[in-house]
Parts: sequence; C-alpha cells; structure tokens
Amino acid sequence: MADKILKKLNIKVWRQNNAQDKGRFETYTIENISTGSSFLEMLDILNNNLIEEGKDPIAFDHDCREGICGTCSLFINGRAHGPDTEVTTCQLHMRKFKDGETITIEPWRAAAFPVIKDLVVDRTAFEKILQAGGYISVNTGGVPDANAIPISHEDAEESMDAASCIGCGACVAACKNSSAMLFVSAKVAHLAKLPQGKVEAKSRARKMVAKMDELGFGGCTNTGACEVECPKSISITNIARLNREYLTARFSE
Amino acid sequence: MSILDSKIPEGPLAEKWNKHKSNIKVVSPANKRKLEVIVVGTGLGGASAAASLAELGYKVKAFCYQDSPRRAHSIAAQGGINAAKNYQNDNDSVFRLFYDTIKGGDYRAREANVYRLAEVSPNIIDQCVAQGVPFGREYGGLLDNRSFGGVLVSRTFYARGQTGQQLLLGAYQALNRQISKGNVEMYSRHEMLDVVKIDGKARGIIARDLVSGEIKRFGAHAVVVATGGYGNVFFLSTNAMGSNGSAAWQCYKKGAMMSNPCFVQIHPTCIPVHGDQQSKLTLMSESLRNDGRVWVPKKNEDAEKLRKGEIGPNDIPEDDRDFYLERRYPSYGNLVPRDVASRAAKERCDAGFGVNAEGKAVYLDFKYAIERLGKDVIKARYGNLFQMYEKITDVDPYKEPMMIYPAIHYSMGGTWVDYNLMTTVPGLYSIGEANFSDHGANRLGASALMQGLADGYFVLPYTIGDYLADEILTPKADTNALEFEEAEKAVTGRIEKLFNIKGSKPVDYFHKKLGHVMWDYVGMSRNAEGLKKAIEMIKEIREEFWKDVKIPGELNNLNPELEKAGRVADFLDIGELMAHDALDRNESCGGHFREESVTEDGEAKRDDEQFTYVSCWEFNGEGKEPVLHKEDLVFENVKLTQRSYK
Ligand SMILES: Cc1cc2nc3c(=O)[nH]c(=O)nc-3n(C[C@H](O)[C@H](O)[C@H](O)COP(=O)(O)OP(=O)(O)OC[C@H]3O[C@@H](n4cnc5c(N)ncnc54)[C@H](O)[C@@H]3O)c2cc1C
Ligand code: SF4
Ligand code: FES
Repeated sequence: MADKILKKLNIKVWRQNNAQDKGRFETYTIENISTGSSFLEMLDILNNNLIEEGKDPIAFDHDCREGICGTCSLFINGRAHGPDTEVTTCQLHMRKFKDGETITIEPWRAAAFPVIKDLVVDRTAFEKILQAGGYISVNTGGVPDANAIPISHEDAEESMDAASCIGCGACVAACKNSSAMLFVSAKVAHLAKLPQGKVEAKSRARKMVAKMDELGFGGCTNTGACEVECPKSISITNIARLNREYLTARFSE
Repeated sequence: MSILDSKIPEGPLAEKWNKHKSNIKVVSPANKRKLEVIVVGTGLGGASAAASLAELGYKVKAFCYQDSPRRAHSIAAQGGINAAKNYQNDNDSVFRLFYDTIKGGDYRAREANVYRLAEVSPNIIDQCVAQGVPFGREYGGLLDNRSFGGVLVSRTFYARGQTGQQLLLGAYQALNRQISKGNVEMYSRHEMLDVVKIDGKARGIIARDLVSGEIKRFGAHAVVVATGGYGNVFFLSTNAMGSNGSAAWQCYKKGAMMSNPCFVQIHPTCIPVHGDQQSKLTLMSESLRNDGRVWVPKKNEDAEKLRKGEIGPNDIPEDDRDFYLERRYPSYGNLVPRDVASRAAKERCDAGFGVNAEGKAVYLDFKYAIERLGKDVIKARYGNLFQMYEKITDVDPYKEPMMIYPAIHYSMGGTWVDYNLMTTVPGLYSIGEANFSDHGANRLGASALMQGLADGYFVLPYTIGDYLADEILTPKADTNALEFEEAEKAVTGRIEKLFNIKGSKPVDYFHKKLGHVMWDYVGMSRNAEGLKKAIEMIKEIREEFWKDVKIPGELNNLNPELEKAGRVADFLDIGELMAHDALDRNESCGGHFREESVTEDGEAKRDDEQFTYVSCWEFNGEGKEPVLHKEDLVFENVKLTQRSYK
C-alpha cells in the first residue's frame, strides 16, 4: 500500500542504435521514483528526462501494459521480465527494487531475435514458426454448430493453459541454448488437446519444429529455465507432449 | 434529406440482411484474384476480415503498428463475447439480443445494423470453436455462459478472463494460414499515415516503416480501416499505449465523415490513478460486479481518515458503509449499466466520500461473497484478476476491498459507415471499434468482440463484393500516380515539420495536458460552458504543441517519440471535434451526460424530440469549423422509453 519514494537509482542499460551498431552499456541516474510506479513508468520518466537533456531516449517495446499482449521484453538484473514471478515486464513494479540500487537492463539475447534498436528485438522468427502450421485449416463459414462436438471440461482447461502463451519470447531469452521449444510446444498442445485440432496434430508438430530448427533456435536440453521465467506459467510437460507428437509424426512418415 | 445514404434495405427487420445478400453483387473467383484489398489493423475486426477476404481469393495486404498482428489491442479484452445461441434455454433470441443492444445504446444506433449483428452472432461462436478457441465448458462438455451488466439472460461466452486473447489468436491463426499460402502480405511495424484517393475512390495508403523510417506507397482496389478506438485522447485510459485515432482521422480529412465522436464509454471498475507518474489504467472486469459490493463511508470524517491513511476499510463498521448503488438502484443494484455505475461513483467522490489519497476511489468489496460462497469459489471465478490487482497495488483483495474508479474504455463514436460498412468515401470501409455503427451512446459488455468478428467474418466479406464487382476492369493502382506522389509529399512534409520544431517539451507533456482538459470538461459530466472552454483550451495546447514539441532521435530509424507525436497531433484535433459534438448534443444519453439535461432526481434525461439522430461531421479544411450533417434514426420495431434501473 503506502507507496514510498526511491530517492535515487542507477539504470545501466544496453544502447545500440541499430542492427549494425555494436552496442554498449550506459548508466543513467534517476531520482524520486514512487514504489507504486511500474517499471515501464520509471523508464518513461527516464526517457522524458533524457529528451529534456537533449539525449536520445531508450527504445523499448510495449503496448498493453497489462501483461497480455506479449510486446514488452526486457532482461532485468539477469532475468527475463525481471525479479518477480508470473509477471511480464510491464506488470513489474518498483517496489521490487531498493533505493540506491543499480538496475541492469538488456534486450532478449538470442541469435534468432536480432536487436533492432536498444532494447527492441525482432521476433519475426516466432511469426514464421506459427505460419508454418500453428493453426487449424478451416475457412470462414460452413462449420458445424459450436456444441456439435462436446469437449471435456478437463481437455478445454488444459488446452486453455497452453493457449495462454503470449508469444513474448522470455523462454528463448532465458534458455542457454536459445531454444523455442516451450513456445512451440504451447501452440502444439493448445490445438492437439481439442478434437478440432487433433486432425492435423502430427503434421503441425513436424512443420513447426522443422521451421524452428531452420530459423536458428537451439535444441532443448531440459534445463527448465524457460518454465521458471515464463510469465504465463506454461509448463514444460508440454515439451514432452510435443516430443511425442513429433516422434510419432516422424515414424509415421 | 441529407447527403448521407445509409443504404438500409427495405422490408421487415428480420428479412433485411438475407434480402440484401441476395440483391448485392458477387465477384467471380477468377476476378477476385485480380482484386487487391488493403486491411489496416489486425485486431478482431482486421484479422478476421483479412483472413476471410484472402480465403475468398482476394489479394490482401494487412498492416499493424506492433511487431506482430497477435498483439493488437483486442488481445486485452477480458470478460467475454455475446451471442444469441440460447444454449441456456433462458428464452434468449436474436430479437432479444437486438433489443438489449438498442436499449443499452440508449436508442442512438441503427435498428437494421444492430439486428444483423445479433443475427450473425451465433455463427461467430461456431467459427471460433472450429478454429480451436478453448471457450469455458461445463462438465458435460458443452459451452458455458456468463451474465453481463444490463441484461436478463446468460449469453456471454468466455475463455477465463482472457476472451479477447483467445478470439484474437483464433483470427490470427486464420490470418497466418493465409500468409503462409501467399494470399496475405503482412506488414507489421508499419503505420498508415494517409489514405490515397484517385477519381474520388480510395485506392491505397501511405505508410511509414517504423523500423527504417521509410515512407512507402501501397495500392489496392479498396481500403479497409480496422484501427480501433480513440480513447487515448484522454491520455489515461484502459486502451493499449499505441491505440490511436490517427488512421480514422486521416480518413476524415479525406472526406469520410466522423459520427458521434462524443460517445465514449467510461468503465466503472478500473484501478484508480495513483500520483502523477502513471501511464495507463488497468481494467478490472465487469464480471466482478456479480459478486463484489460497491461502497463508500457514510460519514465524511471516516472518508477523511481513509484518505490520510489513518484507518483502513475494515475499520469501518457495517452500519457506517453506504452501498450507494444498492441504495439508489434497488432492482439492479451493483449490476446497473456502466454509465450509471460510473456517474454514481463520481457523484460520491465529488461529494467528499472518496477513499484513496486523491479522493478518487470507491470500494469493491468481496468480503460478503467470500462469507457466502467461500474463498475457493471466489478464487476459481476471479483468481487471475485478483492476482493482477495485487501485483499492481500490493493489496490482497481477499482481505481488503479493492479500490476502483471509472476510466475511459471504449469509443462508440467513429467513422460513419452505411449498411455495407462503407464510409462516405467510395471504396473506403471501416470496421470494428473504428466505426460508429452498432452501439449507439453506450456499449453493452461483451458486445465489442462480437461486433469486430461479425464485421470481419460475416458482413464485410459479403458487402465489399458489391463494390468490387464494379471494379474488375479497374487496373491495379499505379503507385507512381500523381495522387500517391502528392499524398507521400504531404506525409513527409508533416513529419519533417514536426521533427524540425525542436522545441523544449516532450510529446507526453502535451498529451497529459490534453488528457486533463478532456477528462475535466469532456469526460463523465459535461456542460455548455465547460465544453466551450475546452475548445479554447485545446486550441491553445495545439498552438503550443506545434511551436514547442521536442522530438529526439532520427527520422530514418525506429523512433517511438516521432510516432507518438503524430498521434498526439491528431488527438488534439479529435478532442476538439468531440467537444463540438458534445456541445451540439444538448441531451443526456448513454455515456454522454449533459448537466443541462437531467430528470428531477438527477438521472440522465434523453431528448428524443430533438436528438434522435446520428451526428455526422464533415471536414471543412484545416483550422475551419467542421460541418454537421444528421442521419435521422428511424425506429420501426422498438418503442423508445427512458432507461430505468431503479
Ligand atoms: C481492457 C479491455 C477489456 C475489454 N474487454 C472486453 C470484453 O470483455 N468484451 C468485449 O466485447 N469487448 C471488450 N473490450 C473492447 C474490445 O476489446 C475492443 O473494442 C475491440 O477489441 C476492438 O477491436 P478492433 O479490431 O476494432 O481494434 P483493435 O483490436 O484495437 O486493433 C487495432 C489494430 O489497428 C492497428 N493500427 C492502429 N492504428 C494503425 C495505423 N495508423 N497504422 C497501422 N495499423 C494501425 C493496430 O496495430 C491493431 O492491429 C475491452 C477493451 C479493453 C480496453
Ligand atoms: S512460453 Fe511463456 S515465455 Fe515463452 S513465449 Fe510463451 S508466454 Fe512467453
Ligand atoms: S506491454 Fe503487453 S504484455 Fe507487457
């Protein structure tokens, strides 16, 4: 409740003007931040200070600011989405930090996510994986009544758990191999759990994994770092399920 | 009559859409392949339209400003989507959904459009299930429903508190499928900055590549704008940070009329503003009012102590709590519609009973529901919302009531469209929240998602054919044409002008200032004097903005401040038009409350004699007063009554 004021913070942040630039850390100080402010509000204030001082503000990605769009993507003090659990960067609040602290902010670091500017990365690779097969092949219209096929409460809930993935990429950033397995497995499980999605489950898994490999994401060695940093608690049991779909897909070819 | 032709089909209400469909033209598959359509926006409206049009065979180019279509603001919708399925056997029907929507909108929407919306609503649910949307289900395996404010049946489908996310992912998957087939070219991180007209018809857009800064030209046979609402004109709102009114505003300047811009929705249950460092407001779903009781202290001195932090809400005895919604509206109680609940909260806070340091908050208390149902039941119903609230405020809502306050949420007003969803510019369409068409002066909960998907899946794919059938001989748009060149020049000129001001204040400074004026004078309660004052104040802010804004960075690089500057420049214009519209409409209806038009007991009073029309504003040149046209609303199937929730 009662918000306090953090009198001074040092913000050590990755600056990189564009994809070609080598990039470096720079440190700024900022004063009088309310513990009730969000992390991104702190960055807004820092940016407005930088603008007034005639400097280039720090570019970072964000949009909904309520943990659902998956746009925000900061690596804070060595952790994807920072030092709180089950939150995205935009849901992180300054009460998690101490007065006088130095806060280090980096972009997601992965070969498949090149930096565009400062803390903004290019996650087009995720789009390409989903375009490779992350859908059910139906057109608009001509579909059966919504209640034509009953789906058990449990299956619907499990599907929903997996479907909660927001495509932020924290799992890739947290993984020492930069693997996208958690992300891919979430989409495969979301659709495979439903009768409508089962039809194409095997070919979907095969196509998505092939695309993931092609785009330069690393392999999964079961370290579980992704699950720890995932803001939506996507479970690594989905990876086991994906492996099963994938292997049977390979065998049945 | 006016120059506006709404093209509402003749005949009985229930037959209009079917009759219309059989009368409009159809394009052959071979010709569809030759026709190009630009869809700007990939929220529920845009993504569903782009995918459906591509499936039909049109060549589609889609645009969004985020790095992925999946991140459109629709993703944030929580509560649910309405549909007249009558799965609950509670006597729901297409007519009832139509009637509730017309009444909820305070009789300021078109009957024919709303009826069609209700009519196609069941197909939406079928479509979403086929795409793999994991809606909430009952133990027997069938779909479950919720109730929302202002209605008496249970027709809201949901996917936990993430319905918008799941519906958007469904549409996004359909879109991805068409992208992979090469039928849609997707341009993410691209912002539309102008619409291009040739021979009076919309033939393309000018967009900025937000990564390289390059200004690009895109041609087509028709342009669909699905860019969402303009709620961010208030600076603080529940909309995503990048939500904007700019695309709609560019269409306005190119001749598309803007309707009912003063109709914006203020949602009663948002987390209150804290201090002055805040950037946006977070919604707490309407569904919470099913189990939470709204109250403030009865005694002024208690409220004062709460504001100073000397006591907490749990220190206030039962008898000293004023459950003002239950007191004022005994039959609907805590479930009165959004506009009524919002005004009641403001009334209590203005009278000195607000409970946070700023005096701008009321309590939403779950204590009673927890006593009645147990903590587990409440947790199963609202767990994710409670977690969200605790992360933001550091208060545990299982132990202490939530603090809430109204905030700007949705824009009912928008670009004028006819029954085919075409604007006053031929070949230019507007769908989803960007148009004005279905919600009148107040939108019911769970109806925006329904409208976005109705427009994109089931209405536009039919109606656009009627226009495009006459365009099959029109060659591909020549982006080297003079009209494209001039539009690009104007866009570049404006960007350079903004960039070269090199003043002293960041964009946010002006946006916040505008937001204060809008909230104070064009917000929850409006009067003629205040609105006139707002118009003058906005003019001053605009003048200062164009003299003193400071945009850092480079033109040919990713530059979020430059993006913001363009949007705020347009918000200044939109805000002024909203004030004009609110001034013209000297009646209280839905979300628009004029202090001059109230009943004896202080409730909103509509004036059907004078104001049963849609206001349609025409751009009349930079710095000139806009021209007002009126589309009279004709009600043949419902009787206009004053809403009462007492
Ligand atoms: C917190 C919250 C909760 C809500 N809950 C519900 C609910 O439970 N039920 C309900 O029915 N409604 C709800 N709503 C309302 C509903 O979510 C929206 O009205 C609806 O999703 C709007 O969809 P849309 O497709 O029209 O636009 P949006 O989803 O806003 O999409 C706009 C698109 O346009 C693009 N765009 C914008 N400008 C440009 C430009 N210049 N150039 C290129 N692209 C551009 C964006 O990138 C985006 O893709 C809620 C709204 C909020 C804020
Ligand atoms: S699996 Fe989790 S961390 Fe990975 S993209 Fe999805 S939500 Fe983000
Ligand atoms: S900004 Fe949308 S999840 Fe953080």
